[in-house]
Amino acid sequence: MNKVLKEIRTSALSALWMMILTFPIIVIKVNTINMTVNWRWINLMWVGTGTFILSWLWRYLLDRKENGSGLKKTDTKESRRFSLHKSLNDKKMRIPVLSTLAVLVLVLPLLVNFYQVSIMTSALIFVILGLGLNIVIGYGGLLHLGYAAFYAMGAYSYGLMYLYWGIPFWVALPLGAVSGAVFGLLIGFPVLRLRGDYLAIVTLAFGEIARLVLENLSGFTKGPEGIAQIPRPGFITKLSLQGATIYLFYICIALVLFTIFVMRRIEDSRIGRALEAMSEDDIAAQSMGIDLTKAKLTTFALGAIWAGMAGVLLAAKTTYINPGSFTLMESVMILVAVVLGGTGSIPGVILGAFLVTLIPEYFRALSDYRMLMFGVALVVMSIFRPQGIIPRVRKHYIVGEDQS
Amino acid sequence: MKYFLQLVLAGLTKGSIYALIALGYTMVYGIIKLINFAHGEIYMIGAFTALIIGGVLQITTGLPPVTILFISLAAAIFFSAGYGVTMENIAYKPLRKAPRLTALISAIGMSLVLQNYVLLAQTSDFLPFRSMIPNFSFLIPGKSLVTTTQLVIMITTVVVMIFLTILIKFTRMGKAMRATSQDKVMAQLVGIDINKVITFTFAIGSATAAIGGVLIANHMGQINFYIGFLAGIKAFVAAVLGGIGSIPGAVLGSFVLGMAESFGAGYISSAYEDAFAFVILIIILIIKPSGLMGRNEIEKV
Repeated sequence: MNKVLKEIRTSALSALWMMILTFPIIVIKVNTINMTVNWRWINLMWVGTGTFILSWLWRYLLDRKENGSGLKKTDTKESRRFSLHKSLNDKKMRIPVLSTLAVLVLVLPLLVNFYQVSIMTSALIFVILGLGLNIVIGYGGLLHLGYAAFYAMGAYSYGLMYLYWGIPFWVALPLGAVSGAVFGLLIGFPVLRLRGDYLAIVTLAFGEIARLVLENLSGFTKGPEGIAQIPRPGFITKLSLQGATIYLFYICIALVLFTIFVMRRIEDSRIGRALEAMSEDDIAAQSMGIDLTKAKLTTFALGAIWAGMAGVLLAAKTTYINPGSFTLMESVMILVAVVLGGTGSIPGVILGAFLVTLIPEYFRALSDYRMLMFGVALVVMSIFRPQGIIPRVRKHYIVGEDQS
Repeated sequence: MKYFLQLVLAGLTKGSIYALIALGYTMVYGIIKLINFAHGEIYMIGAFTALIIGGVLQITTGLPPVTILFISLAAAIFFSAGYGVTMENIAYKPLRKAPRLTALISAIGMSLVLQNYVLLAQTSDFLPFRSMIPNFSFLIPGKSLVTTTQLVIMITTVVVMIFLTILIKFTRMGKAMRATSQDKVMAQLVGIDINKVITFTFAIGSATAAIGGVLIANHMGQINFYIGFLAGIKAFVAAVLGGIGSIPGAVLGSFVLGMAESFGAGYISSAYEDAFAFVILIIILIIKPSGLMGRNEIEKV
């Protein structure tokens, strides 16, 4: 009984505190032009009751997290993994599950309307971006806050090459990837000596400079108004709007599959392991004979390739690009997709990218509140599930046991 | 020559505002190694609180503007500190032992929450902010190089710096803060309540940001919910420039940044004003990877 009373007291106190704290912004609305003040007392009541209930829930969840962690460890690693991912790892299940998925994806454009296909294409582009950033953050352990600049590089290389030379999509796609990689190397060189937060802020700075240059070189890049009427890819002949969208959807699917394939190869390759060692401890990695300069530059270039490709896809999808699409917020959203899904985990990043693009899209009805809810979700996720929705499964070797 | 001096003054004013925000960044970073992405929002909330409280007092009472200024400043400081402390308690405290990337994501989330909270509760439009700083009679508008708000901003910043230096160098709490930033475990062993120190740091950092918010609102004459974002980024750049974690570094970095922006915009191109800050940052970090006054940490494996 005493405990309940104490809980009520704590909750009531938190509610009171939140009511005081939010009072000026929630309750008062001033209009300094007409000299009127609008008092919205009803909002205060909402804050009070809301905080009272939520603070109870919050403390319960925190308490469960602190004390329940011992219990969780008895679970096997397998049972904690996402069921789809789990069934993919099971040899017997792999073929049926994969083929069902493949069929679903292939017939999707026939089942749903044009708008849905378009949203899905955006989500797929974001998946490629997420997987690319995952190389830098998940494998290389380098915090990168200017990833949107690479993305812009790809988009603008298609936009500009079309504008000046009329280069078609299929030529622009590899060229976009190359220009992304070159830009990645260019950024990689000066930041070789930096680490941690200094690296993060310098990549952020490069991203912002790239955007400002795009905005201000108006003679060359058309400045803030952007490049319009970039052609969608055509299949033999020019396709209708609907046909082109569906075609692009399939292209994106193919590229996502290709990306996943390359990621899996990278994970197990010599480079991938070097990156992993570097992200764990760069000095130890260096003393084991890993060339840090090479490893870091590889990370940036490898990450930037995918952003460049995604940029070309974006330009082809929206047919219009401007510097406003490549702000710091865009970089942050890609980072969020990676961390939310599970840093370093391929299925995690894919899921994260889908969540980040689809949730705001499908909750348009709540459009006023969606960014608020998104922020809340980020805070709650980082506290209660910091490893991401589908955590990374690291390779581990057991000494002295049969590994079959 | 006059143009040059005007640019110097504009740079100093900018630098002062950056310094007031950057202090919060650098103090928080020094103690819990967290990039408090939401710090810019605290500054924005300070400006909003001052606007609201000041507006209410202006409309309902007939107090002189200076009194209103001080009351709204006090309110801004109180509420901003409150938001800072509450934010730390909700979003960062449970993450003390978590990897730094996780805490950063939480901070980004908090930044979105605060921005949209103000957007929903108030408005997305720019609100006019009536300057409450009275004109000094010895400064003739149009003739004197410096305007009243510029002078007030610079003087306030210097006062805040002196106050902070005294606080950190000579008080018990300041000593505890220095100890905590050096080694959290050892600080706890000698009897320092580090939770209290962290709360205090957030309160002080938020309070200085609020002062910056109120001053810039008076200077610029309008605010909206988004002003915190760019200001926060710039202040963070300033803090890193000076060597994050170092308080004199943050001040120096802020002034270098303010000057670079002011001169870049004045002599080279105003369209690239924001880019100069970042270019300076990159150049300085390439030459000196731990910032102007940062310590070179020796890493052990």
